[in-house]
Amino acid sequence: MQEESYRRDELLAAKIRRDVLALLRHRGYGHVGGSLSLVETFAVLYGGQLRHDAKNPRWDGRDRIVLSKGHAGPVMYSALAEEGFFPREWLMTMNDGGTRLPSHTDRLKTPGVDMTTGSLGQGTSTAAGIAYALARRGSESHTYLIVGDGELNEGQCWEAFQFIAAKGLSRCIVMIDDNKKQLDGTCEEVMRPFDIEAKMRSFGFCTQKVNGQDIRAVDDAITRAKGHASSANCIVLDTVKGAGVPYFESAYMNHSMKWNNDEINKATDEAIAQLDGFIEGREA
Amino acid sequence: MFTVSDDWGARGKPYRDAFVDTLLDMIEADDRVMVLDADLGGASNTLKIRDARPDHFVECGISEANMMGLAAGMSSEGLIPFAHTFGPFATRRAFDQIYMSGAYARNTINIWGSDPGFTVGANGGTHTTWEDVALMRTIPGAVVCDAADSVQMAWILREFAKSAGIHYLRAARKDSWHIYEEGSTFELGRGNVVRRGTDALVVTAGQLVKDALDAAIALEREGVSVEVIDMFCIKPLDVDLLLSEIVGKRAVVAFENHGVIGGLGSAVAEAIAEAGISVPFRRHGVAERFGQVGTPDWLQAEFRLTSPDLEDTVRGLLGGG
Repeated sequence: MQEESYRRDELLAAKIRRDVLALLRHRGYGHVGGSLSLVETFAVLYGGQLRHDAKNPRWDGRDRIVLSKGHAGPVMYSALAEEGFFPREWLMTMNDGGTRLPSHTDRLKTPGVDMTTGSLGQGTSTAAGIAYALARRGSESHTYLIVGDGELNEGQCWEAFQFIAAKGLSRCIVMIDDNKKQLDGTCEEVMRPFDIEAKMRSFGFCTQKVNGQDIRAVDDAITRAKGHASSANCIVLDTVKGAGVPYFESAYMNHSMKWNNDEINKATDEAIAQLDGFIEGREA
Repeated sequence: MFTVSDDWGARGKPYRDAFVDTLLDMIEADDRVMVLDADLGGASNTLKIRDARPDHFVECGISEANMMGLAAGMSSEGLIPFAHTFGPFATRRAFDQIYMSGAYARNTINIWGSDPGFTVGANGGTHTTWEDVALMRTIPGAVVCDAADSVQMAWILREFAKSAGIHYLRAARKDSWHIYEEGSTFELGRGNVVRRGTDALVVTAGQLVKDALDAAIALEREGVSVEVIDMFCIKPLDVDLLLSEIVGKRAVVAFENHGVIGGLGSAVAEAIAEAGISVPFRRHGVAERFGQVGTPDWLQAEFRLTSPDLEDTVRGLLGGG
């Protein structure tokens, strides 16, 4: 059973990664690195861990998800499209005037998006507010708060973490995308983060660090976090910015890229073809 | 309908008592109402709410930005949050959270920014806000109020809970001047003519309503008839009332416990200019100064916000010297 579920998540991950690449290639620019690093996490969440109903996105019994690093919209949109929240054709409209898919996630525009984010750090507090409200009414729903490692530069994150831990909001699962890079360079260069895992522990979180590109590891970590009710929970996702495509993984400045040369177009097309092949093989 | 009390100008109920009593009452009637404070519950007396209804009180600690985000998130799950901290922290410090997590995301945050302007007293310049109205006015859809007294404050709080959005109320914590009869009702977006007059129009709000009425009485003894509008709802501004009451007046003064840039005076000036009306006009507020420490009375005099100061401005505009 479990193996089957992993295989389904792997297939969903391949589809999400393909969609991210296809929509950014179509758009010609976008936040590729921090979208690709989260592909496996979104596959695990929408593959089974996150309670959701694509036909009823505001279903009260759903788990909430706040993508505080709102610029990773492409990975969330791809997951939502694959899950049937809206037609896949929407993906190609990202950032068009009047689109339902803005560069940064918006709860008013996109079915399945629970909170508007984009001004970094702010999703941590709104997610805490959501989790507080849910706990207050005895809801069993979880709130998944996805934060970037660069985003941790924002002091507001630590205010919110303080609150989440102090109030014992164990159903608020903080997931930190530790992809080690931000816009101006590596996190080490921009604002040395020291030990993120230790920081979260010292803030009072039951903290796990796992390989964020490993579906089994991410899935296990979420299951463990769900079973841990005595304190707040954090999962540090050890990820690679641009994960899954060698060209993007090795690009030093891969936060936001432009599809304006043959090399990037070729690398993207090859990756999409490879993923399509994998998907066809699995679905055959 | 509102009625100006016969004993207006007497000491009124402290604003913070009005806040606590009203919110406790609202909590009884509506389980969705929540009160958030940022380690100032002892100053605002919201600790009384914590003690009486702990399930409706959220201690946010000294983290105002986080408090505004929490409130926004709570509202997205159906709660009706009221957040308190001192005016400058409630606006300047947490502005982007109010703007983005609140307004832009169409969440609801009801905010009481306490001790505006000279009412800051002993907390001094670091805790003074002369710009909260200016900031909050810029937010699309925001409602901005300055409470004349505790009766009006109680009404405003209940009214805020009836709609979604960003609602900002500035009011002191302690002393208030009694203006309105208990049971008075108002309307957001509608100003109140609290005194009729024919020569000059004073548009004011908050605690200065009492001082404006005092000035009107003093000027009447000199044969100058002054009308006073309590424009407690600064946004949306009651432009219709303003323009209708300007007719026939020889001077208009906006009198505010706030800086002259972006506040009530600016709002009034914009409305008058856009209506193409030419009338002698002054913004009587605080220009290009920071706050400082002192008693509220001393600060009110220091910043030339007393009724004799207003009288001087009206006389000057009317050319009477």
